[in-house]
Amino acid sequence: MATATAPAKRKRELPWPITFYRSAVGKKWVMAISGVVGLGFVVVHMIGNLKLYLSREEINLYGEALREFPKHLLPRTVFLWITRVVLVLALAVHVHAAASLTRMNARARPRNQQYQSPRDYQVANYASRTMRWTGIIVLLFIGFHLLDLTWGGGGADFERGDAYNNLVRSFDRPLVAAVYVVANLALGVHLFHGVWSMFQSLGVNNPRINKARKRFAQSVAAIIVIGNISFPIAVQAGWVDEACVGTEHGEPCEPSGLKF
Amino acid sequence: MTGKTLTLRLKVWRQDGPRAAGRFEEYDLPGISVDMSFLEMLDVLNERLNADGHEPVAFEHDCREGICGSCSLMINGMAHGPQKGTATCQLHMRHYRDGDEIVIEPWRSSAFPIIKDLVVDRAPFDAIIQAGGYISAPAGSAPDANSVPIPKEASDSAMDAAQCIGCGACVAACPNGAANLFTSAKLAHLNLLPQGQAERYSRTVAMVDTMEDHFGSCTNHGECEAACPKEISIDFIALMNRDYVKAQLFNRRLAGQRR
Ligand code: FES
Repeated sequence: MATATAPAKRKRELPWPITFYRSAVGKKWVMAISGVVGLGFVVVHMIGNLKLYLSREEINLYGEALREFPKHLLPRTVFLWITRVVLVLALAVHVHAAASLTRMNARARPRNQQYQSPRDYQVANYASRTMRWTGIIVLLFIGFHLLDLTWGGGGADFERGDAYNNLVRSFDRPLVAAVYVVANLALGVHLFHGVWSMFQSLGVNNPRINKARKRFAQSVAAIIVIGNISFPIAVQAGWVDEACVGTEHGEPCEPSGLKF
Repeated sequence: MTGKTLTLRLKVWRQDGPRAAGRFEEYDLPGISVDMSFLEMLDVLNERLNADGHEPVAFEHDCREGICGSCSLMINGMAHGPQKGTATCQLHMRHYRDGDEIVIEPWRSSAFPIIKDLVVDRAPFDAIIQAGGYISAPAGSAPDANSVPIPKEASDSAMDAAQCIGCGACVAACPNGAANLFTSAKLAHLNLLPQGQAERYSRTVAMVDTMEDHFGSCTNHGECEAACPKEISIDFIALMNRDYVKAQLFNRRLAGQRR
C-alpha cells in the first residue's frame, strides 16, 4: 500500500497588524507613532493655552473655534470628536504596549536574576529609567485634568465654555497649581526620553541628524514644560486674574488677561 | 615589569550549580602585579584556592585577546569592567589601586542561566544565529576576489557590526535584559552586504522573533553600547527596527520572499 505523507498544515497566519503588534519591535514602533500623536496634541494644547495671556475673550473664542473647526465642512464638534477618539486610541495603545513590554522585561530579568551588587550605569539617565513612573504620573494627571477643566468635576466653580475663568479659578488653589506644575515636570522628563527614543524605534537614524535628535528632544521637553507650568504660576503670582462676569452693578472691573 | 604589586579585596559570586543558592565570598589577595590582566589575577586567586584545598572560582575564558567573547564578568557593576571598549581579558590590573575592593558577578538574565560561579549559559545567542545568521549560497571554489563590487562605506559598516564577539555584555548591561545590540549587529553584518540581500527581510524577522522568545525589549537606554567591548553602535538597532518594520508592513514577495 502506498503511503503518502500529507503536507504539514501550514499554521494559519494571523493578520499582519496583529503579528506585527505581537513583536516587541512592533510594539515600540506603535509606541513611537502613538507618542507622536500625543506629542502633537501636547504642542497644540500648549500653544492654544497661551491665549490665556491675551484676554478672556481670545481664549474662549479659541475654544469655540476648536468646536467649530473646520467650519462649514463638517457639522459642529464632529472634527473635535474625531480628534478625541484618535487621541484616546493613541493613549490606549501607548499604555497597553508599555505595560506588556514592562512585563516582558520583568520576565527577562526576574527577581532572582537581579544583580546582587550595585549596578554602575554608564549612560542610562534619570529620564530613561523613570519612563514608567513619569508615564503613570502623566496618565493620572490626564484623568484629573479632564475632570477639572473639561467635565468640571474638579471642585472649582465651573462654567461650560468659559475656559478662561474655569482655568483661573482652578489654578487659584495653590495645591491644584502645584499638581499641575509637578505633573508637567513629569511630562517634560517623559518627553525628553520619549522624543529621542522615538527616532530609534522608528529607525530614523542618520549621522547627519543623530546629534540633532537629542537637542530636538531637549528643546521640545523644555518648551512644553516652560509653557505649561507658566499658567499655574502666572495665576498664583496674580499676573492673570479672574475676569468679572456680569458687571451689571457697575463695580470697577480689571481687564482680564496678562496685566502688563 | 615594574615590580609594583597590589593587595586587593575581592568579592566574588560563588554558586555551586544552576539550582544552588549563590553567595558572595570575600578573598584578600596580596601580591598582584599591575602588569597582570584581570583574568591572570583570577588565575592567581584560583592557584591559591587550590593550594589551600578549596574549590577554584569557575569563570569562562578562551582566547584572552579580546576576540572570542568567552570572558564575561560584571566587575563593580560594569560589564567587562571600567575601561571602555575592552573585554575582561584585555583589562589590566594597572587600572586598580592598592587596597581596592573588586566585586565580581556573573551576567544576570533569565536567558543566561548560571551554570557555576561566574559561568553562564549563552545558548539563546546560538538560537538567534541559527534562525538567520547566515547566507544561503552554493558552496564551491572560492569566488574571485572583487567579483562582487561593494561600496567602501557598506563594507566599513558591515565590518563595524561584524566586530561583535557575542560576549553578551549588551544583555548583561541592559536594564531590561534585551539582546537588541547583539541581534542587530549580527543582522547588519549580513544585511549591509550584497550577499545578504536575498534573505534580508526573512532573516530579520526570523532573528528578531527568536530574540524576543528569550530576551527583554529595548527601551533605548544605550547601556549596551557603553558596555560593548567592541563599541558597537546602537545605530544598528535603529537599522534593525527599520528592516523589521519593512519586513512586516511591505510586500516581501516583491523582494523574492515568502509572505
Ligand atoms: S577571553 Fe576571548 S574575548 Fe576575552
